[in-house]
Amino acid sequence: MSPAMATDGPALAELLLQRLERAGGGGLGSLEAAAALGLEHQQLVGAVKSLQALGEVIEAEQRSSKRWELTPEGKEIVQEGSHEARVFDSIPAEGLPQSELMKLPSGKVGFSKAMSNKWVRLDKNADGGPRVFRAVESVQDLVREKLQLVQRGDAESLEEKDKNELKKRKLLMEVNIKTYWIRKGSAFSTTVTKQETDLTPEMLASGSWRDLKFKAYNFEALGIMPESGHLHPLLKVRTQFRQIFLEMGFTEMPTNNFIESSFWNFDALFQPQQHPARDQHDTFFLQDPAEATDFPTDYLKRVKKIHSQGGYGSQGYKYDWKLEEARKNILRTHTTAVSARMLYRLAQQEKFTPAKYFSIDRVFRNETLDATHLAEFHQIEGVVADYGLTLGDLMGTLREFFTKLGISQLRFKPAYNPYTEPSMEVFSYHRGLQKWVEVGNSGIFRPEMLLPMGLPEGVSVIAWGLSLERPTMIKYGINNIRELVGHKVNLQMVYEGPLCRLDACVYTMEPMLAQPSGVDAT
Amino acid sequence: MRNVTVAQASDMPTVSVKRELLFQALGRRYTDEEFDELCFDFGLELDEITSEKDIISKEQGDGKAEGASDIIIYKIDVPANRYDLLCLEGLVRGLQVFKERIKAPRYKRIMPANGGVQRLIITEETAQVRPHAVAAVLRNITFSKDRYDSFIDLQEKLHQNICRKRALVAIGTHDLDTISGPFTYTARPPSEIRFKPLNQSKEYTASEIMDLYRTDSQLKHYLHIIENKPLYPVIYDSNGVVLSMPPIINGNHTKISLNTRNVFVECTATDITKAKIVLDILVTMFSEYCEKQFTVEAAEVTYHNGKTCIYPELAYRREKVKPDLINKKIGISETPSSLAKLLTRMCLKSHVTGNGNNIEIEIPPTRADIIHACDIIEDAAIAYGYNNIQMTIPKTYTIANQFPLNKLTELLRQDLAAAGFTEALTFALCSQEDIADKLGVDISSTKAVHIANPKTAEFQVARTSLLPGLLKTIAANRKMPLPLKLFEISDIVVKDSTKDVGARNQRNLCAIYYNKNPGFEVIHGLLDRVMQLLAVPPSKESGYLIKAAEDSAFFPGRCAEIFAKGQSIGKLGVLHPDVITKFELTMPCSALEINIEPFL
Repeated sequence: MSPAMATDGPALAELLLQRLERAGGGGLGSLEAAAALGLEHQQLVGAVKSLQALGEVIEAEQRSSKRWELTPEGKEIVQEGSHEARVFDSIPAEGLPQSELMKLPSGKVGFSKAMSNKWVRLDKNADGGPRVFRAVESVQDLVREKLQLVQRGDAESLEEKDKNELKKRKLLMEVNIKTYWIRKGSAFSTTVTKQETDLTPEMLASGSWRDLKFKAYNFEALGIMPESGHLHPLLKVRTQFRQIFLEMGFTEMPTNNFIESSFWNFDALFQPQQHPARDQHDTFFLQDPAEATDFPTDYLKRVKKIHSQGGYGSQGYKYDWKLEEARKNILRTHTTAVSARMLYRLAQQEKFTPAKYFSIDRVFRNETLDATHLAEFHQIEGVVADYGLTLGDLMGTLREFFTKLGISQLRFKPAYNPYTEPSMEVFSYHRGLQKWVEVGNSGIFRPEMLLPMGLPEGVSVIAWGLSLERPTMIKYGINNIRELVGHKVNLQMVYEGPLCRLDACVYTMEPMLAQPSGVDAT
Repeated sequence: MRNVTVAQASDMPTVSVKRELLFQALGRRYTDEEFDELCFDFGLELDEITSEKDIISKEQGDGKAEGASDIIIYKIDVPANRYDLLCLEGLVRGLQVFKERIKAPRYKRIMPANGGVQRLIITEETAQVRPHAVAAVLRNITFSKDRYDSFIDLQEKLHQNICRKRALVAIGTHDLDTISGPFTYTARPPSEIRFKPLNQSKEYTASEIMDLYRTDSQLKHYLHIIENKPLYPVIYDSNGVVLSMPPIINGNHTKISLNTRNVFVECTATDITKAKIVLDILVTMFSEYCEKQFTVEAAEVTYHNGKTCIYPELAYRREKVKPDLINKKIGISETPSSLAKLLTRMCLKSHVTGNGNNIEIEIPPTRADIIHACDIIEDAAIAYGYNNIQMTIPKTYTIANQFPLNKLTELLRQDLAAAGFTEALTFALCSQEDIADKLGVDISSTKAVHIANPKTAEFQVARTSLLPGLLKTIAANRKMPLPLKLFEISDIVVKDSTKDVGARNQRNLCAIYYNKNPGFEVIHGLLDRVMQLLAVPPSKESGYLIKAAEDSAFFPGRCAEIFAKGQSIGKLGVLHPDVITKFELTMPCSALEINIEPFL
């Protein structure tokens, strides 16, 4: 090993390991080791760190210690000798004029020290001015020797007063340094293996991986995200709601008809023609195609009669029901229009069979828009038709449905819907907000809606609904609905969206269906 | 269900009452929580606890609120069909009967002792504009400031709700002692009607009145009801004094004050049923303050054909409902007498008849919302307490089915995301420009359905393509790292004369690739992948193929039509630079849009 190689990283590390081996179980200090190896302490610290990175080869405990070091001037003296020695050396046998001596670099300091050491004498009356002569044959440069001791790391062998003296002369200084106490590690070895970054096919082929050491990973850093596509958060929630209905045995309704006639959207549901929901301000009417053309004739007659005259035990609304109002095409304002079509179809069966329906699809409202309201949103709806269904059955069904959303504490409030009676708003207790918040609306469809369709008298139809957007906004912490729905969506939010697990934790679902200030029903 | 998701302002009226007045009338005090609870059980909602000061400072800033009253006000949401709860008087009556502290009052129509019944004569001219009128007299009434305010407020609430902003019914109340009957309800040309409107200092013609109120924040909303009619409705007394020009404004002459003792109430209408309800509600609520409490003096209305009616009707209707039915519909098992008691608490005086087989229910004139046995059953359930009902799970056994189109959509979505494309969710409504001009086609060549009453251009048409939505999504996300790869599977809408409504949805799949290079091969590859997923091989005979095509949305020579299942299902290609620019994009872009319904 050539001397040059001695300062090489791995070689140095191995020297240190050999020294550690000799030091035995007690270990050794980095300062001492550096001194012993004739290295700068900093070089040794580098070797310690590279060994630490290998894992369990060594154990290094950091310590703090004081150490005497040479000042730049001290180092110069180690090289060149003390000023007084240099002054002494520069004086020839015939002496030197004091004026010339003072011009030498070490002149001033060196002369007074040499004088007090009695190494030189001054003849003030010499020809040509004061002249300096050697006073002794030879001198011993103790200052230099003492400093050399310090440089070798042997400052401890100096007397305290010497050190203070040298410190006073600004040749020595006391510094605080970080040192290590080094011991053998559990994987100690006196040789250093080169660290591999990662496994390679060659290593696998040759089996060399068995003998190789691998660089440690930094587990603090994040990984690289996989490149992938992402599903939209709102539609992820839709998938979950769909799943819940399917788990409960509900059949999906064909809601792929955004355009609906007022007849199916309102009249069939016994919603009178003057109802404010049928106003231009609330509903999008169509200019083209403006009117629906085809209705089940007999059924239409029955609907007209129930509105204008009553029947089936009802007083009716007693107003002039107009076909032209019913014909008007609109963008459906609720998916209940489809429920009406499905229930009518069910009523046309030769023999009634019980049915459970659900849908999740778009509805449209010509309303004032704000941070939580858009002109279109998704409605979730569930419907059960069977003989003898009770209000208690509706509540029980709702309990099961909301339990699957992770909501267990429910309360029901009397409410009004034009086409359900009784009607109930569903509230859930929100622990975060410490109050009851509305989570849905429900009821039993009115006989005035069901009997004209031709459903048997004893059949009851229970139904409930809620919006898809509101729970999603709260689940994903979105305040502006435009960040979620529509083209202004924040794609970063889509990329980062978590799985939708509605019942994973009560706490995640509770805020999901809450209605904090500003977040309204949709 | 309409209310399910958005409770509209018009759906649920809000009544503001002073808390102190309310507690005084209820004869006891409640904490806010207790009152909230009571409301909840009864189907009301204590929406807000506030004060005049709070309201003003919220709406106009703190500075303006100085000096305003800080008396606590309860804002209570009332179901839209309960007109009998739209004022303090009605709320208190309803709650006191509910809590069995009082019995529901019995409202009575009485003929004036001297036989001098007030008469209102309807002339033929009204037929074209507002054909109906009803009337009544509140005799010897005592107003106070609070009662008077409540009287005015109830009229306003009725106008906004059941009266459909005065279009169906308009109420006029007059100091009877300032006028003398018989009264004539007629219709005249606007130029011939001349009077001093309420709170005005001089006379105007009807035409001038319309101009006067064109800028009135409140009245301007009602002008359209008669504005374009040749004749305006008007009511005169026997001396030609104008009582009102419905549905716009009363005359100043008959203005009621705190000192008014006798009130003549008239309601003119296009819907006679609603007019009767409105009159019944107004007089039943405020006859409480008449000398003979809860009595209302009759008025006689004569139509031009000689038909005469006496109002208010104040009719009590009887219904019979079997206790068994009530129990079965709710899912409880109460005795008939207990059910009768529950109903009586809802102002529906009931008793058991026969051998307990029937309950006879008397529906008072205040409960016009009760039109069927199901309404009675609901009231029984409310009185029983919804939250006391035992929850049960229906035994209904059904096998679930997915809608095949949605099932296919769900499966495809998953795999498109797996193919590295991110799902967008764009609006079904958009501007004509989005689906026509920006794609280089004329709107008339699209099969788009047009919306008649869009508030802004964003809602002019239903989309006929998913592409504009995806392009707008990219435009809104230009800061995101490239490439952007988006897809959407959703419905477009096209006119279709074979459908009952003349239009149908179509389920499309659209995908887009936006990068520094057009990436046709990426979009083409996605098509190949979609076909692979649908198990359709590339083949001229039975599979899919693409053929060069022309389309204004695509760069010439960089567009192909896609054929599968023996039909054209869509196109793919590099978008035309004009399209890219019109959607405010700066990079080349390729896209694909197909109809997936043939693959069902």
